This record gives sequence, C-alpha cells and structure tokens, in this order.
Amino acid sequence: MLSRTADHLYWMSRYIERAESLARLVDAHYRMSLLPHSAATLEKSLHATMTALLMEDAYRERYSTIEPRAVFEFVSLDRDYSGSIFSCLRAARENARAVRGSLTSELWVTLNSTWLDARSMAARRTPGADIGQFVEWVKERSHLTRGVTIGTMLRDEAFHFTRIGTFLERADSTARILTAHQGDLVPGADAGVVPDPYEWSVLLRALSAFEVYRRVYRDVITPTKVAQMLILRDDMPRSLLRCCKEVYQNLRSVANEHSAETERRAGEMHAMLHFTRMEDIAAGGLPHFLEAFLGRVRDLGDRIASDFLVPPAEA
Amino acid sequence: MANRPYNEMYLSSGAARLHYLRYAEWLANQPAERLAQKRAEADAVFHRVGITFAVYGQEEGAERLIPFDIVPRVLPWEEWLRLETGLKQRVRALNAFIHDIYHDQQILKAGVIPAEQVLCNSQYRPEMQGVDVPGGIYAHIAGIDIIRDDAGEFRVLEDNLRVPSGVSYMLENRKMMMRLFPELFSTYRIAPVDHYPDVLLDNLRSVAPTGVADPTVVLLTAGAHNSAYFEHAFLAQQMGIELVEGQDLFVRDEAVFMRTTQGPQRVDVIYRRIDDDFLDPLVFRPDSMLGVPGLLTAYRAGRITIANAIGTGVADDKSIYPFVPDMIRFYLGQAPIIGNVHTWMLRRAEDKEYVLAHLSELVVKEVHGAGGYGMLIGPAATKSEIEMFRRQIIATPERYIAQPTLALSTCPTFADQGLAPRHIDLRPFVLSGRDVSIVPGGLTRVALREGSLVVNSSQGGGTKDTWVLEN
Repeated sequence: MLSRTADHLYWMSRYIERAESLARLVDAHYRMSLLPHSAATLEKSLHATMTALLMEDAYRERYSTIEPRAVFEFVSLDRDYSGSIFSCLRAARENARAVRGSLTSELWVTLNSTWLDARSMAARRTPGADIGQFVEWVKERSHLTRGVTIGTMLRDEAFHFTRIGTFLERADSTARILTAHQGDLVPGADAGVVPDPYEWSVLLRALSAFEVYRRVYRDVITPTKVAQMLILRDDMPRSLLRCCKEVYQNLRSVANEHSAETERRAGEMHAMLHFTRMEDIAAGGLPHFLEAFLGRVRDLGDRIASDFLVPPAEA
Repeated sequence: MANRPYNEMYLSSGAARLHYLRYAEWLANQPAERLAQKRAEADAVFHRVGITFAVYGQEEGAERLIPFDIVPRVLPWEEWLRLETGLKQRVRALNAFIHDIYHDQQILKAGVIPAEQVLCNSQYRPEMQGVDVPGGIYAHIAGIDIIRDDAGEFRVLEDNLRVPSGVSYMLENRKMMMRLFPELFSTYRIAPVDHYPDVLLDNLRSVAPTGVADPTVVLLTAGAHNSAYFEHAFLAQQMGIELVEGQDLFVRDEAVFMRTTQGPQRVDVIYRRIDDDFLDPLVFRPDSMLGVPGLLTAYRAGRITIANAIGTGVADDKSIYPFVPDMIRFYLGQAPIIGNVHTWMLRRAEDKEYVLAHLSELVVKEVHGAGGYGMLIGPAATKSEIEMFRRQIIATPERYIAQPTLALSTCPTFADQGLAPRHIDLRPFVLSGRDVSIVPGGLTRVALREGSLVVNSSQGGGTKDTWVLEN
C-alpha cells in the first residue's frame, strides 16, 4: 500500500485513541470534582496529569490558575489548542478523509459523523454546561470506531497500520498517566500509608481498570498491585505489556526489507516487559522506568515513520 | 429568448409526456410532508457520507453539498439510443482528430480547419507530436454537455476532454433515489448505471503499455483540498485502485513507481485528475507541486499510459468546437447525428460585426474559459457588462465565440415555493478503450435560480438523477 496512505491510517487511529485517553482523564477528574472532598487533591492530580501530558504551557497561556472547570473546557473543547479532544477528532477525520478510499464506507462514515456531531455539539453548547456528557460520548464514539475497524476492515496492511497507531498511542498514554501518579505508586507506600482513595479511583477509572482490579486481585488497592496490573499484566487491555505485544505483532505482519531493526526493538520492548518483575522495576525506580519507556515509544514511532510511512525521497 | 423552452415533463397542454405519465401521477399523490422529509433525508445522508465539494478560497475544511433535486430527469429509450449513437460518433471523431493533429495533420492539410487555429492554440502540446499512445486513444473519458433546444432537439454545447468530472454524482444520485423512493424503481424499468466503475477500470486496463499482462492502474489526484476530491476518492475506491498524489510517484529509468510500505511498485496506467499544466514540473509549470518530475519522459518512451492523454485540450477548446461536425464528416465520412449549437467565431470579421450588433441577445464565451466563468449572457447582462465585453471583443476578437441565448429545456424542480420549472442540461460520460461505451444517462445539472441558464455547481447549480427507461 502507499506509504502516505499508511501514514494517514496510522495517525487517524492515533488521534482517535488520543481523544479517548483524554476523554477518560477528563471523565475521571470530572467525577472526582463532583465528590465532597479536598479540592487540593483534585488540583494536584489535574496538575500532575497536565504536566505528564505536556499540556501545561498551552493551558497557562490561556488561564492563570488550575481550576477544574477551566481545565475540562480546555482539554475537551478548545478549538485553537491542537491537543484538545475537539482537535484530535478533527485531525482523525482529516486523516481519514485523505484516505477515505482505503477505509470501509462504514469506518469513514463513523469518523465523519463523529466530527460533524462534535462540531455541532461544540457550537450548540452553552459555557459551563455538563462536560461529562461530552466526554462520555467521545468514549462511545472511540469504542464504536474501534469496533467498526475490527468488524469491517480486511486484515491487510491497512488494518495493521491502523492497529499499530492505536496501540502505540495507548502505550504512550498509559505510561503518561502512570507518570502523573508515580508518587503514589512507589512500592513501600503500601507500608501502612493509605493513599487518597479518590486519587486511586481517578487513575483506575481513567484506564478502565477499577473493576478489573477488584476482579483480578479481590483485595484492597495497593500501589504495587496497581503498578503490576498497569505495566506487566498481559490480559489487561491498556497495560504497557499488552500494548507492546499488539504493536510487535502488527509490526511483524507488515515487515519490509528495511524494518528488521524496528521489529527487533519492538520485540525487545515486549520481551523486556514480559520477563520483568515488579521488584526489578522498583529497584531502578519507577520514574526512571517510565521515562525510559516513553523514550522507547518515541523511538519506535520515529522508526516506523522512516521505515514505512515517509520513506526517504528516492527509494 | 424568443421561444418557450421545451418542458421535459409536460406538454404545452399541461398533460404529462408519455414517459413521465406514471411519475407525474405518483408525484401528484405524494403528500407534501413526505417529499419535504425525503429532501431533508437526502441532505443529511449526503453530509454524513461526505459527498461534498471543497470550496476554493474558504477556510480549510469548508465543504458544501451540491444541491440534489428529487425530481428525476427521464429519457425514453428511443431518445437515448439516438443520443448514444451520436455521442459515440462524436467521440470517435474527436479521438481521430487528436491523433491526426499530433501525427500527419491531414485535416489541416485538407484545409478543413485553419492550421494556425490548432497549432497556435495554447492547448496544443508540441511535446506530443509523433508520440504514439496505446490504441490511438486520447480522450478515454469524455464528458459531452448536451442541451435540448426549444424545438426539442438535442445539441452538443461543449466537449470536455481533459478531466471531466461529475460522474460520482451520477452514481450517488441514483443510489439516493433508490433509497428514498424504492417504489418508483419497481414501477419503471430504469437502466442501471452502477457498473460505470467496472467499465472504466476495464477500459483503463485495456490501454496499458504493450507487454504489460496485469497492469497496475492508479488515480492521480491533487489531494484532499481539491474541489473534486470526493469524486477522486470515490472512483479509486470503487475500482479498487490506489488514489495517489504526485508526491507518491517518482520516475526512475523512464518508468513510473509509487512509494509503498513494501518499497517502490511499478505503475502502468495513470488515470489523472489534474490538468496537463501540473503533470510534470520539468516540462510544464515548474512551480507545480502536484505532478511527477520526469513523467513526460516516461510517457514519451511508452512506459506509462496517461488517461486522458496529454494534449486533449486542443480538441475541446471553444475555438475548435465549431469544427467538430466537420471532423465527423472528415474522419468518419458520416453526417453528424447530434448537431452543434450555432456558433459565431469572432475572429471572422463578418461574425464579429453581427455579434457586436446583437450583444444584448447573445451569449459570449471566452474560448479558454470553463465552469461558467468569463461569460456574458446578453439578455441578463447590465449595460456596463455589455460595454465591457464589447471593448474586450474589439481588442481581442479571437478570444471569443458567441452563441444564441438558448432556451435550455426545463424540468420541474423543487424551489422555495414548491415545484417550478428550472433549466437543465445533461453530461453523459463516454468511455473509450477496448470499445466506445456509455452508461445510460449521465449527470443532469439544473440551474436552481429562476430563469438562470448556468448549471455549473460553482455557480449555484444542482443535480438530478437521470433515468433512461428501458423498453
């Protein structure tokens, strides 16, 4: 398939996944803001999240203080900020439009409708109205998009590049959410200290992991188990291990004559997560681990781009 | 406009024409709310599916619908047969003409067309002289604009032999009508059109360079911001071929390749939807970012087929148009089946004199204009517009032709106040490859403003489904 087509498909799915990740974060914090508890905790969590997502500077240009309502508006619907959910939906649709002939009609119509509806919702919305509804809708649209992708697309290169985009973005997103909460995940925080239960619920709900945790561990929430689940569990759909496994497998299906090293690195990341124990991560320090992981995700993204998506001028 | 225009649906007595009889009866029985709801549904679906065209000069992502009218334009089988035969004849002659012009130029030697009018034409491409193209076919896809005059006669208004567009609307309009009014399709035997992409692909494959057993065909677009992008993406998808931009292609050793995730892949046929001027920056416009450097070299070497061929514009120019009936006689030895619209060529002194004296009655067109731009419609023009054209004609008469203001036929169309007659034309798409063929019907365009004769979508035109009724 055309390199440019693969590039658009890859970014189309990255942007949809990014919109969903942001929607999950807004949703979790929004629910937290409705509970009667310390405003300081909420602000701390919002601040850490925005820092981890590299959104803080753009936010500060518009607002002077971190105020939950303003953050929700900014992250969800800011038309001028390229990192907002609104902008991600537009970018996903623009990428899809550039290759609409390579998508199934159902997938194109899904993405196009999402954008048309987002635009009219944003236009009709009164300031301060319920943001929860909007982010809930974004999550549903992302679920729908993924479902239509899996349900209608031929299992060819187009599909694999779409999936690579989804899982690379998800790996990045999970790692950043963990980074924002790394202070609470330090093993040893177990020792008697009960972290703020609200913050746990934000973290876990943002990753659809709250119910999963209960089901898997049938235990009180402890930092080590949370980190274990979100980093090393193969059966947890948003864990780092799971994302790396999907990236690796899809990458193998599209291998070309230049991509051996990229494939090796993806395999290495997967193997590393597969065979690492929580104790090893703790020994080197979680912050260090996450930082290194994000670096490797970035490296993989760059390599995929140069191997497949935007090959050097004369092939 | 002296005479009453021909009404496609009704006789002057007010009764429906025979082929519209059942439709008119059906229409009369439809509650207004149902029709209003169907019209709204059509709009919503076109938006959702993204059947839109980009608007030049507006903010990024500005896309509009081409208005769709739910009243179909119906053609009885006998009328269509005559049109079909006439269109095939015309396109055969046009292809023969282009081949001749780029080879022996017999028609010029015979004095049928003044040589300077061809060779000094800006659309004449000297680079094509002596180049052989597969099957001798230049205009693989031709969009011939047909109007019906007040006497009920079909006439060719314009030949489009470069990158004619609109066929996707023909196909989508049909799909929409079947969705909105399935009951009509069981009462009428309406000739299907949805095999158009198959016929097109088959034709494109048949003109691949010799020796290529399983040719790779691609569609070359200017990109997502081009006004016809929807059509490009639609046709590529329907044919199952790659939709490429100039940046996706490159030329090596006089062969054309596309950049794929698996490395370079050879391309054999390019169905291009960008103009000659932008195809190869090494030969044509050097500032073109849309084309492929070296493409013309590969083309001249016979390693790639470009459809339509380079240089077809010399045959659809408005200054050449008046000679098409002569071409038919010259190359085919036949009498033209569909006539032209009478045309004054202002390069001729006597024509110029007549036209200058009758500007307020005539339509004056720039010979290189397209899309309804650069045009004077005398009866609808203000005094100052007429005077402006008069000065331009006197300064450069060879840049203009004039035609009578035609009473284009009308078809009932939904307007704000309900059904009202609006002027229409018809663009059938003639495909040449293995053979010459036409999918029954074409795109009917309608001028939505009352009294307007301009059907172009860029000037407020809409479209209708076109039904050819099988016997």
